[in-house]
Amino acid sequence: MKRAKQCPIWLLFLTALGCLSTLTAWAQEGTSHSIDTGDTAWILVSSALVLCMTLPGLALFYGGLVRSKNVLGTIMHTAIILCIISIVWVLWGYTLAFGPDVGGIIGGLDHIGLMGVGPEAFPGTGIPHLVFMVFQMMFAAITVALITGSFAERMKFTALLAFAVLWATFIYSPLAHWVWGGGWMAQMGFLDFAGGAVVHISSGFGALICAILVGKRKGLGTEVMAPHNLPMTVLGTGLLWFGWFGFNAGSALGANEVAASAFVATHIAACAGGLSWMIAEWINQGKLTVLVVASGIISGLATITPGAGFLGPLSALFVGFAAGIICYMAVIWKTRLGYDDSLDVVGIHGVGGFTGILATGLLASIGAQGLFFGNTSQFAIQAGLAVVALIFSVVGTYIILKFVDVTIGLRVSLEEETLGLDLSQHDERAYS
Amino acid sequence: MKFIQAIIKPFKLDEVKDALIELGVQGMTVTEVKGFGRQKGHKETYRGTEYQIDFVPKIKLELAIPDNLEQKVLETIARAAKTGSIGDGKIFVSEVNTVIRIRTGESGEGAV
Repeated sequence: MKRAKQCPIWLLFLTALGCLSTLTAWAQEGTSHSIDTGDTAWILVSSALVLCMTLPGLALFYGGLVRSKNVLGTIMHTAIILCIISIVWVLWGYTLAFGPDVGGIIGGLDHIGLMGVGPEAFPGTGIPHLVFMVFQMMFAAITVALITGSFAERMKFTALLAFAVLWATFIYSPLAHWVWGGGWMAQMGFLDFAGGAVVHISSGFGALICAILVGKRKGLGTEVMAPHNLPMTVLGTGLLWFGWFGFNAGSALGANEVAASAFVATHIAACAGGLSWMIAEWINQGKLTVLVVASGIISGLATITPGAGFLGPLSALFVGFAAGIICYMAVIWKTRLGYDDSLDVVGIHGVGGFTGILATGLLASIGAQGLFFGNTSQFAIQAGLAVVALIFSVVGTYIILKFVDVTIGLRVSLEEETLGLDLSQHDERAYS
Repeated sequence: MKFIQAIIKPFKLDEVKDALIELGVQGMTVTEVKGFGRQKGHKETYRGTEYQIDFVPKIKLELAIPDNLEQKVLETIARAAKTGSIGDGKIFVSEVNTVIRIRTGESGEGAV
């Protein structure tokens, strides 16, 4: 009797599936150079999801990690970077990254001020050029915002503004061009699905230089610098996770099977990262803390980013698990090396992104082959170009920071630092 | 009259309060305080970095009592606040010269 009742539901389900697959097949035939409404809808939503990663996601994640006198200053870094980099992207950032290729090095100036970027389909996709542009805009903004965690609680606000513009122009745009804009790395077959190198290696290792050149916070090692609001950080973690589906699955640039596998890989890696970092700290220090679960989730997300669309679910599980352990070790080593990467941008994004690029070279199985799937050359390409991206970011960030230091000065005064950024830079307090 | 100051573990407050009311204590003042004794604070861990927290949260209980209740009150607080583990706190006793009840103007033990 029960079986008989279930039959019609299953039939209905199968019929629906059948209809859906016919529709999909029909849609795929039509994608070549015309606008696909499904793809466009998904990338529009994904763009908003990536925005949500930056503000409020990253702003809350970082804001909770600092001391209460610096929470507004920290949130402000992310908020204003979002505004500025979006404008830079419109004026010259987009064309440097995605304008017509000039010698594999940089995009031409054809799209300066978004000239010629309209509703027509972006080549090779079913989405309007404008939608592609705005999706990429969100990536540029969050990449620069990620770096702010390394110099939190002590950076001069005007210096931050100059640094953000210069970094987006001279580091992010060229790197995005090399990897995604048809530049020399793309021509060599480098695999970076959603930004392991472009976003995470570049911001993570740029952050290392920032931490070293801006210097340690006053009182580091003697004063308590514990996070002032961990629930805020966990809220930020959730919003980053939520937005990361747009970041990774949106990078398929369509509502298709690649987006589906990237979506699944993203979630699996986040969960595995949260679990493995927790276990690593539990075994090593006998603690079970909320902050490391949040950190582990972000490390899993950052590490799966370059391989999200290339890795199967079990590979994603492995990568996420490795991410939590490797990033945990990196964060522990930071303390021994003695630099003050205040919110662990290097340990989580730099090391995570690098690990993910290597893992993609080993485990890619969807739309590309890694070492374990028979393509012996891919791993060497991944490793070599990840190192190049790292060096490019390190050297470029060093030059930019030195320039800003000479012209504006990087740090607030000792008195301002002691008072806190909220009052010294913004004349406001978060909690009164 | 005696003035009692007891520093106790925060989660023991209700037990101590109920036991004192049973004895006939009329009132008390409670403050959230921080401090350390021989225990010397505790450690907190944030993403692998350990912080020594010198001042541990405690409750400070203050009450004035007639001399005849002193022994019983001290025993009661010591019993109710005790866990047997480190950081149980301390009790301080001092003499009270004068007490004035503001509403009525009474003074002396009747004002407690």
